[in-house]
Amino acid sequence: MTGERSTGSRRARERAAQPVRKDTTIHEWPEAGLVLMRGPADPPSTVRVQQGRVVELDGRSERDFDSIDRFIARHAIDPKVAEEAMAVPPREMARRLFHPDVAAAEVRRLFGGLTPARLVEVMAELDVLEMMLALRKMRLRNRVANQAHVTNLRDHPALLAADAAEAGLRGFAEVETTVGVAGMAPLNAVAILIGSQVGRPGVLTQAAVEEGINLRLAMKGLVSYAETLSVYGDEESFRDGDDTPWSKAFLASAYASRGVKVRFTSGSGSEVLLGHARGRSMLYLEARCILLVKGAGSQGVQNGGISCIALPLSLPGGIRGVLAENLIAASVGLEVASGNDAMASHSEMRKTAKLMLQLIPGTDFVTSGYSVMPRQDNLFGGGNFDANDLDAWTLVQRDLGLDGGITPVGEDEVRRVRRRAALAVQAVWMETGLPTIDDAEVDAAVDARDSGDLPPRARSADVAAARRFLESPATVLDLAAALSRTGFSHEAEALLALTRQRAAGDYLQPAGILIADGTDLVAVSAVNDPHVYGGPGTGCGVEGERRRQLEDVPFAVDPRALGRAGEAPEIFEEGGAARPGHALEVVVAVGPAFGRRLGATLAGLSHREVVERVLEGVGQEQVPARLVRVRHTADCAFIGHEGARLSGSGVAIGIQSRGTAVIHRRDLAPLDNLELLSHAPNLTGDSYRTLGRNAACYALGKPTEPVPVRIDNTARLKHIVQSTLLHRVEVEAATPGAPPLELSLRAERQRA
Amino acid sequence: MRYPLYREARSRITLPSGRPIEDFTLPQLQAGRLAAGDLGIHEETLREQARIAEAAGFAPLARNLERAAELTRLPDAKILEIYEALRRGGRGAVLEALAREIEEAYGARLTAAFLREAATPEP
Repeated sequence: MTGERSTGSRRARERAAQPVRKDTTIHEWPEAGLVLMRGPADPPSTVRVQQGRVVELDGRSERDFDSIDRFIARHAIDPKVAEEAMAVPPREMARRLFHPDVAAAEVRRLFGGLTPARLVEVMAELDVLEMMLALRKMRLRNRVANQAHVTNLRDHPALLAADAAEAGLRGFAEVETTVGVAGMAPLNAVAILIGSQVGRPGVLTQAAVEEGINLRLAMKGLVSYAETLSVYGDEESFRDGDDTPWSKAFLASAYASRGVKVRFTSGSGSEVLLGHARGRSMLYLEARCILLVKGAGSQGVQNGGISCIALPLSLPGGIRGVLAENLIAASVGLEVASGNDAMASHSEMRKTAKLMLQLIPGTDFVTSGYSVMPRQDNLFGGGNFDANDLDAWTLVQRDLGLDGGITPVGEDEVRRVRRRAALAVQAVWMETGLPTIDDAEVDAAVDARDSGDLPPRARSADVAAARRFLESPATVLDLAAALSRTGFSHEAEALLALTRQRAAGDYLQPAGILIADGTDLVAVSAVNDPHVYGGPGTGCGVEGERRRQLEDVPFAVDPRALGRAGEAPEIFEEGGAARPGHALEVVVAVGPAFGRRLGATLAGLSHREVVERVLEGVGQEQVPARLVRVRHTADCAFIGHEGARLSGSGVAIGIQSRGTAVIHRRDLAPLDNLELLSHAPNLTGDSYRTLGRNAACYALGKPTEPVPVRIDNTARLKHIVQSTLLHRVEVEAATPGAPPLELSLRAERQRA
Repeated sequence: MRYPLYREARSRITLPSGRPIEDFTLPQLQAGRLAAGDLGIHEETLREQARIAEAAGFAPLARNLERAAELTRLPDAKILEIYEALRRGGRGAVLEALAREIEEAYGARLTAAFLREAATPEP
């Protein structure tokens, strides 16, 4: 079958040119593994335990186990609960999973006995809303956090440090970097380590590079977590990567032995991408991965598509499927960094739809890598959300009243930490004999959009220096010493505090991160800060200081300041009570605050300008005009109608302070009118002149064309707040029962 | 449960060198009294974290941390050598030799068993 072609109407062609249509959308092909759940080769879920040992798993007995089965049976499935848990029908298990009355600990105990195939069968019983409820309940850590990507195309150390500092300041609990040129890994790791601690002491950092290099960086104390351990749900895929479950598990122990937190990486689609799906569904293969990760003793996993995200999203149920991955991982007791890192779609709507499924329940890390810098500098192929989306992210948190792990901060503070971080690496580079970072580079790093704004560096000299640094005995202690010798003792203290935490090992526990504790640091994890949800009023709420912080986005303004009138214009002389006229005339009736407490319309036209243009228009037809102020109401229709009652011709113009205007006639019902100009923000001097002329024509009984009005569908969106605040002043100025007054326009004062 | 250890049981945490964690300060660094041997985590701290993980219901993590405790004794090069051996699909003889070596030289009993398991499919 071919996709729909776009040869039809103009509308169809325009739709076909929308960003979402750049996404590839395919039908399922189950035999090829292009299916989220229920692959034709997914096995039935079975388990058999003999003498405390799992001897049958998902339809295969022990002698037919592949290496992944063998590893899972041995290390991941709890033989003490397997038979009990597998006896619970999938639908009942799904109900317990999402229901707030069944405690997370009990669900986790039972899930310890489920096989990969059964995990998928349970997920198949749940819709996305139920999965979200379940994910909220099963999340490990009470406090929601986020992970940042900090990279740039040039591997520029000052920019890396500045971006890492900004990430720390914005509340990211972890910052990861990778390299443009492989040899730069050691210096990139150093730059984000120092920079991140300037932004917020306690940020954990990692460098996603080759394992051998990464281990050496870990041993030098330059990285505090490792997320590079990729696993697959298929043996062949493992073999392609020259790895086995045991080699990955050994690596996890090796990192832990150096005090480094470990998170594995998996995610739907990797096996089919490598050509090894063989009719098994993406979620079944991922469920094998997740149990392998658990069995290896990793505290957590990043999953939810990750780098392959566009593959599940090309298929029906893709977003639901990757949500199920996150949920399985949390349910078996793993910390979850829930994706939303690699580009998932060309469409902002689809990306956001996907994000909501993790943002609303909250996960241990909502994204596995938020691009703090513009995505053009993101070397992870990431940047699903980037620097330009930060304000929208913080507003969505504010809208929904939830914590998505990013703190709104003001630009002054951002620039301060960026400069401090760039200066700190400049000093360390100088002090330890690394290639000079000059002042122009520091300045550029503070305010750069991206690495293209920085002066070029000699890459070969940087790479050579990075190699020497790796081979040298230098460790984090040398960096701290260099900082303390160059006036950065606060930063030196921060590096030592972080390294003390390595000796304590508290952040090795599930979902461990570090937060401030006075001037020192302390770990929070599933052990001392577990998320406990049991229905409304329980779980992680956003209260007190954190709520204030999340609501205080730096671009929010005080409505009291917006509603203030500015200088009182007093453009009219007020006369006595207005009397009904008897001759041909147009009455121009203004609202209670017009030209008095308020001075300009929503379009920014001064009230004097509005009145002058209206009078000019009326005058074009040689009809006299009379000005009155209606004082008893702020409503445009009633202002106009009151004017019409006073008008000798029966025709009047009513104008509110915000600029909304109406042409009214005495014999019409108050809420009827001859013409209404309701788009106040779009009205110009010409609009008001034409309005005046039209009113005169109605008074004369001459035919006329209505005032042309420009349609701007965003006008209400842009101006509703200002409109509300202006109208509030008008309403306050109204005095019930007060009769209208005659007005005359004062001569304009000489402009300075 | 005494967790976080750093807050609840700091006096019992030692650096890998055996010195108390309280020594890991800027004045000590400035006085030249901190060295690479003070970096990292002590094997007993890892065992304590393993007990904490076990008690909190994270048994496989506890097993990992117990293996990690053993690996603190292994030099970096030996760790990389074992990883490379495991990657090659775990040839029995090579892994058996490594298992015996780390058991005898470093007392890494759990890790040795893990290498043997990687090498030989069970009956």
